[in-house]
Amino acid sequence: MDPFLELLLNAVVAGVLLGGFYAAVALGIAIGFGMLDIPNLAHPAFVVVGAFATWQLNSNFGLDPVLAGVLAAPAFFLLGLGLYRLYYLCFERRGENALQGLAFFFGILFVTEVVLVLTAGADYRSVSAPYIGPGWRLGAIDLPLRMLVPFGVSLAMILVLDRFLSGTFTGRAILAVSQDQLALRLMGVSPTRIKLLAFGLATGTAAVAGALLIIIQPVEPSIGREFIGRAFAVVVLGGMGSFAGMLLAAIMLGVTESVVSTLYDPSWAPAIALGFLLPTLAVRAGGLLGRRL
Amino acid sequence: MSRRSLDTAQAASLSPGNRAFWGAAALFILAVWLATRLVTNDYVFFAGYVVLQYILLSTAWNILGGYAGYVNFGTAAFFALGAYVSVALNKLWGPSLPVLILAGGLVSGGIGLAMGYLTLKLRGVFFSIATLALAIVMQAVITNWEYVGGASGAYVLRPRQGPLGGSYVEYLFFVMLVMACGAVALARSIERSAIGYGLAAIRDDELAAEASGVPTLKLKLLATVLSGGLMGMAGAPLPFYVTYLDPASGFNLAYAVNAIAMPLIGGTGSWIGPVIGAVLLTAVQETAMVTISSAANLLIVGLLLVAFVSLAPNGILGLVRDLRARGRR
Repeated sequence: MDPFLELLLNAVVAGVLLGGFYAAVALGIAIGFGMLDIPNLAHPAFVVVGAFATWQLNSNFGLDPVLAGVLAAPAFFLLGLGLYRLYYLCFERRGENALQGLAFFFGILFVTEVVLVLTAGADYRSVSAPYIGPGWRLGAIDLPLRMLVPFGVSLAMILVLDRFLSGTFTGRAILAVSQDQLALRLMGVSPTRIKLLAFGLATGTAAVAGALLIIIQPVEPSIGREFIGRAFAVVVLGGMGSFAGMLLAAIMLGVTESVVSTLYDPSWAPAIALGFLLPTLAVRAGGLLGRRL
Repeated sequence: MSRRSLDTAQAASLSPGNRAFWGAAALFILAVWLATRLVTNDYVFFAGYVVLQYILLSTAWNILGGYAGYVNFGTAAFFALGAYVSVALNKLWGPSLPVLILAGGLVSGGIGLAMGYLTLKLRGVFFSIATLALAIVMQAVITNWEYVGGASGAYVLRPRQGPLGGSYVEYLFFVMLVMACGAVALARSIERSAIGYGLAAIRDDELAAEASGVPTLKLKLLATVLSGGLMGMAGAPLPFYVTYLDPASGFNLAYAVNAIAMPLIGGTGSWIGPVIGAVLLTAVQETAMVTISSAANLLIVGLLLVAFVSLAPNGILGLVRDLRARGRR
């Protein structure tokens, strides 16, 4: 095969796999911001905390990283419950959730990062697992397991949550909160309790996403910042809370970044998210597969 | 609304309170200038410069964030852009500092206009997220721009002598002093003008403001341009202050956090709030830097920010107002 074509094909495949991982990071924001309207800027920082928790469990007890992430998820769920209680008491109940709430989450993001630096150090950490290193080969295409496993786990997590949201009473109540809180109240369901549960779930996904992150690349405390723009761009482009749209947008972003990194320079990759976000906001704020704002 | 508030604004510009403000500002600059005649140690100028820079940055942030309620997370982007415009022009033909400051302000204000035009028609949270992403993009652009040093940074020669006599650091200090006072005066006059009332109406209820004929988009754009421009002006002298500038330090998230924390801690409703917050937080950080560690000092700023927005949403000014109200009862 033509070497340029081969390079391009590999970049596209790598981008699709990368996009699957971006969707795992964006999932918590799709629920928290897209459905509940809580602008949790600190979510990517929680993903990094998840990565460090995975690193601890992996290096101390030799746990498989994915398993470690899943085991850490309940603790993150509880953390999310606590954070939402605080947010609700201080902002939502008073009706001051715009400016103050954003600043609140920005402060949480910053505090999380600094606490990580103070407790775990500013060094890069990585995990070991049998699937980090080897890869499959399909003709001219490389499929490193280091990317393939996170892609699969991410899709599975999204699928499970999607089933939960559309198939159970509680899940449908979460979807209802995003559409009409008053109607939900009239049905005898407390929107606050539903939001509490949903925000806990959103934070829980950060543990798994963190495990995937540290499988893909070594992690240091401030790396979460690079994913804020990406994750929000993916959620907005995907249509605020639509999982299918989010996955599509994440894969588009992953492929674009991967192709640009391969053909030009990897240092441009973080800038692409804004190139996605700004035109979306300016032209079609409803996103690809979403309701109009 | 506009007629009445214009009358009020004109009345305010002639009031004794206003004359007192301008008198106090002029006296303040003069007093600082006289005081510095007695100082021989450059450290005072180095430390004072940082305080003034943060007064300028937090006042600039407050014009959009405090008055209109639109949160800008990209202070570092506007600030570093001003600094890098300065680096580039200085390398190109080395104009004098005021020209560099003007250029930095124009470029950052222009970026603010473009950003605002694309995102300000939507809810404020989208503007905020876009500014956060802007900081990352700008850093990528500068990192790839070899002319200004790229990722490895740029060295800038600081002249030994300032044009007004004294060391160049002293000159930088004075330039920053004048800019900070100018920004505070600008913020104060905006606060009391039709523009300020319009921005307050946007902050309280944008839909109602739009419905009663406030030109919301125009006012928001104006506030974004002024705010971004002032941040760029604050950044322009930075290369001469640090003499070595790289993207990681210019785009440091600490600038963004401080620019938000200072007005919110001081109180966003009035021009004096950001000044109080800036002086207080810089003092706290300088102390923590010396006595504990630089990581701990960032932790303090973050915790103070979270504590204040959760417990005292109107900042120190709000606390003082509450205390007074309680005392009167």
